[in-house]
Amino acid sequence: MSVYVDSISKSFDSTKVFENVSFEVNPGEIVCIKGKSGEGKTTLLRCLNNLEQIDGGKIIIDGVDISKEKDYRIIGQMIGMVFQSFNLFPHLSVMENLLIAPMYLKKDNEDKIRLRAMELIKTLEIEGKENMYPYQLSGGQKQRVAIARACMLNPTVLCFDEPTSALDNETTKQIGKVIRRLANEGMAIIIVTHDEAFVDEIGERVLTMKNGNLKEEILKF
Amino acid sequence: MKIFEMLIPMTIEGLKVTLGVFAVTLIFSLPLAVIVALLRRSKNKLISGITAGYIYVMRGTPLLLQLMFIFFGFHFVPLIGYSFSRFQAIYIAFILNYTAYFAEIFRAGINAIDVGQYEGATVLGMSKSYTFLKIILPQVIKTVVPAVGNEVITLVKDTSLVYILGASDILKAAKSVSNVYSAFSPYIFIAFVYLFIVAVLTKALSMIENKYNYYR
Repeated sequence: MSVYVDSISKSFDSTKVFENVSFEVNPGEIVCIKGKSGEGKTTLLRCLNNLEQIDGGKIIIDGVDISKEKDYRIIGQMIGMVFQSFNLFPHLSVMENLLIAPMYLKKDNEDKIRLRAMELIKTLEIEGKENMYPYQLSGGQKQRVAIARACMLNPTVLCFDEPTSALDNETTKQIGKVIRRLANEGMAIIIVTHDEAFVDEIGERVLTMKNGNLKEEILKF
Repeated sequence: MKIFEMLIPMTIEGLKVTLGVFAVTLIFSLPLAVIVALLRRSKNKLISGITAGYIYVMRGTPLLLQLMFIFFGFHFVPLIGYSFSRFQAIYIAFILNYTAYFAEIFRAGINAIDVGQYEGATVLGMSKSYTFLKIILPQVIKTVVPAVGNEVITLVKDTSLVYILGASDILKAAKSVSNVYSAFSPYIFIAFVYLFIVAVLTKALSMIENKYNYYR
């Protein structure tokens, strides 16, 4: 099992966001979490990435409870996040966006890191954009760069926050294919979205967030 | 012509003071301002409070008064009783004053950076200091260049305040020559020297702005 979320709860001051949420994601599995705006889907993803502290429960990735882990260098290599607004670094080129974290973490020697970047650029079909800056890219291209950047650390789990919100239908389909390819390579994928069509297309398991609870909805296969 | 025979060498000597104070102030106050801006943003109320107090005093009192206070005032402080030399006092006053102004500009620049930039770096495993140096600061510099440029130009003109401590800058040179010859022309000449310095700086600042125009 890649991720095991055990009874986690989160509230902001006196406002409860979710309570006793549990689920697990296996390697190569794509799990979609859907729900209306304000149900706490994004907060759940932020908790998984330790951007918000949970009030109770455990988040186990590869046997490590990352909710107790303080070192982002360790967390960053276990779980990745593709933000809704991508959060690319505007002053860095596409290639630099990809290289900055693995170079800082000294994940490998520079040649191997560059090779990995080139492979991801090819996989995500953004060849020729290496020296461009984020403002020169379309929404779909930015999304691909954000995915490539998150994949550079080869995390066990990759989270997507509303990955299709800024994309047209055609680009959504292409991103769907990219995500499926990553899952086929063994990455566990968690997608938060309210795009029903996208959920139908990509979700192998669908969880619905409602009133602070998470329910398993459909089992495809 | 005799006026210029006296004015030009004195202006050159004065330029050493004017440009010296200008350069020393910039070299020290810009990096210090980044640190002060970060301290001002500290979650520790004591640290941010002390920093806010420092900025308030520096921005709330005239630089002329600060120059006099540091040069003459310390002599009267019980227990310390230490006197700074003329140029020590000038450098300290200018650096302290300009650090406060630059710090507020940097603070505004840091506040303007989207929180997503910090979060993007955090989930990629980058430390806070690395994130600040490699992700935040380069973007802050781009946003603050115009405002810093304004202060830099003001600094050139503020250097004329050193006369209060008896230092001879270019304006003092003009005044001396004007007194000797009972002429106004040295002031006109010096006005053009200031304008020339500011023209060079304006060009340099515009080049720095262009350097950061490679992204949006």
